[in-house]
Order: sequence, then structure tokens, then C-alpha cells
Amino acid sequence: MQEDYINITLADDDEDDRLFFTDAFDEIKITTRVKTFNDGVYLMDYLNSKDATLPNVLFLDLNMPRKSGLECLKEIKQNPKFKDIAIAIYSTSASEEDIENTFVQGANIYIKKPSDFKTLKKVLSEVVTINWQYHTNSMNKDNFLLRF
Amino acid sequence: MTLFFKFDFNAICQIVLEQTLKDNDIKYKLVGFGEIEVLEKLTSDKQATLQAALDKYQIEIVENQKSILVQKIKDTIIDMVFNEDTVVNVKSSVYLADTLGHSYGYLSNLFSEVTYTSIENFIILQKIEYAKQLVIKQDLSLTEIAFRLNYSSVAHLSTQFKNTTGITPSAFQRIIAKRKAFNQDNNQD
Repeated sequence: MQEDYINITLADDDEDDRLFFTDAFDEIKITTRVKTFNDGVYLMDYLNSKDATLPNVLFLDLNMPRKSGLECLKEIKQNPKFKDIAIAIYSTSASEEDIENTFVQGANIYIKKPSDFKTLKKVLSEVVTINWQYHTNSMNKDNFLLRF
Repeated sequence: MTLFFKFDFNAICQIVLEQTLKDNDIKYKLVGFGEIEVLEKLTSDKQATLQAALDKYQIEIVENQKSILVQKIKDTIIDMVFNEDTVVNVKSSVYLADTLGHSYGYLSNLFSEVTYTSIENFIILQKIEYAKQLVIKQDLSLTEIAFRLNYSSVAHLSTQFKNTTGITPSAFQRIIAKRKAFNQDNNQD
């Protein structure tokens, strides 16, 4: 049967954003386990470690020091070990170029960081619900594109 | 002389299960603790044979009636959306109730309780999935796709596509095409 919670991971260098993010997941209906990292280097070290719990959905901030979200995306897409992870770009940028570029490079979801908590909760809840549908109904992940 | 034994029941059950699955030629993966993922579609005949073989050990395949019915709802919807031979002339709520022999109210509550989404949303999600497949193939116009999926107009399909994915059908088509080219370039390096 299915596991009863979803593993979520976020890499974001902004402390407030990380806090809002975990708070939002505490309030939504689907049970999640959320892990956060301060930048791409910490994230990739963790994912590449032997006993890492791979997330169902990974949220990547684009602008991070040391290793950007885009660099993480590239590394993740090159490693078959990570093929089941849905990648969500979680960024303040909403430039059409950034959005299309990340989708082309394999991101599944693009979220422009909402400015208020209520919208954030709604968006994250929808992301997790739709990802859950893909996961439990063996739908084709190659066609999984979602934008907020 | 008397010998004393110590058992590990889990280990024993696991060996019995694995042996029986192998005897029945079923491909499987151990998930752990009484859970086995079957890596193929198990026909009801095959499942009955498996259950019969397990009977003497008093091992039983646990089936949750609720999740079985939910799976039937999903299968019916997917057949309704993806199988063009299945022609539905009534509203999908009536069709589901008739096919599955329960009131729509009951089905709808059960579905929401188990899947975190409503039947209506699930139907839309599946229709858009089908639309995506057709859009990628590029041999049908959006008008034809809208017609096939029973949308009253292209505008209605485009709006529902955008509302569900956040992307327009043409942007979706462009992104998937670019991604294919991008992956090909990368594999050549």
C-alpha cells in the first residue's frame, strides 16, 4: 500500500522563506515530512550521501550562494538515482525565460514565491496533491508540468 | 533427547511468501513487513491461485474494500477518458453510479476521503493528461483535441488546461519539444 506521508525537501538560503515554508506544510491536510537546507552544496551533499531519504518533491530556490538551484537541477537530472524526485523551482523570479529554461532542463513545477502566507499554503497544498496523484496513479512524470 | 528451538516468525513468513510467489511465477519486490510490491498486473485468476497456495499457511491477502472501490472508480474514469471506444452519453456522475452500482454521493465522499481530491478534479486531471499526450504528438489540431475530449470549444479546453497546469497548451508543446532536443544534445556530449 502507499506510505502515509510525503517527503518534502527545500533548499533556500533565506531563513524567513524556510520558516514560512515549513509552517505552511504544518497546516495542510496531507501529512508531510519537511527537511530544509541552507544552500545547494548542503543539499547535494545530503542527497548524495548513502543513507539519504530521497524526497518525493524537492523545492529549489534559484539564487543561492555556493551552488545555485539551476546547478542542483542539472546534477540531479544527470543522476538516475534521482529520477523519481519531482523538482519544484521555488523562486522570486518570474521571468518567462527562467521559467521556460528550468522546465526544459527537467523541472516539473515552477512556483513564484507568493507574497502572503495564505496563498503559499494554497499553492503548496495543490503541488503536493497533484504530485500525489501522479505518484499513486503511475501517471507519466515526463508530462508533469505545473506553474503557479 | 529433547531439542529446543528459537524461531523468527517474520523470517519464516518471508521465506514462505517468497517461495510461493516464485512458484506462481510472479515478479515481486519486498517492501517489508507484510508488504510486497507485485511488479506486474495480477489478473484476478492469478491472485486467486496465489491465495489458494497461501491458504495452508493461513496467510491471507489483505484487501481493503474502500481502496478497491476507489481503484474501480479511477479505472472507470481512466477508461472513460482514454478509451475512445467507451462512449458515454450521460453525465459522468450518472455513468459512474450506474457502472459501479453505488450512489454518486457515496462514491464521491469515499473518493475524497481516500485520495485527497474530488472525482470532478480527478476527471479534469485525467482529461488534461490525455490532452497533453495528444498535444505532444502534434498530429491533431487543438480543435480536434477539444472535440475528441468532449469540450464544447477550444477556448474551454485551453482554459481548463491553463487552470490545471498553469501553462497554455502551446507553451506546453513548445517546452516538451525543447526538452527533447535538450536531452538529445546532452546525451551526445
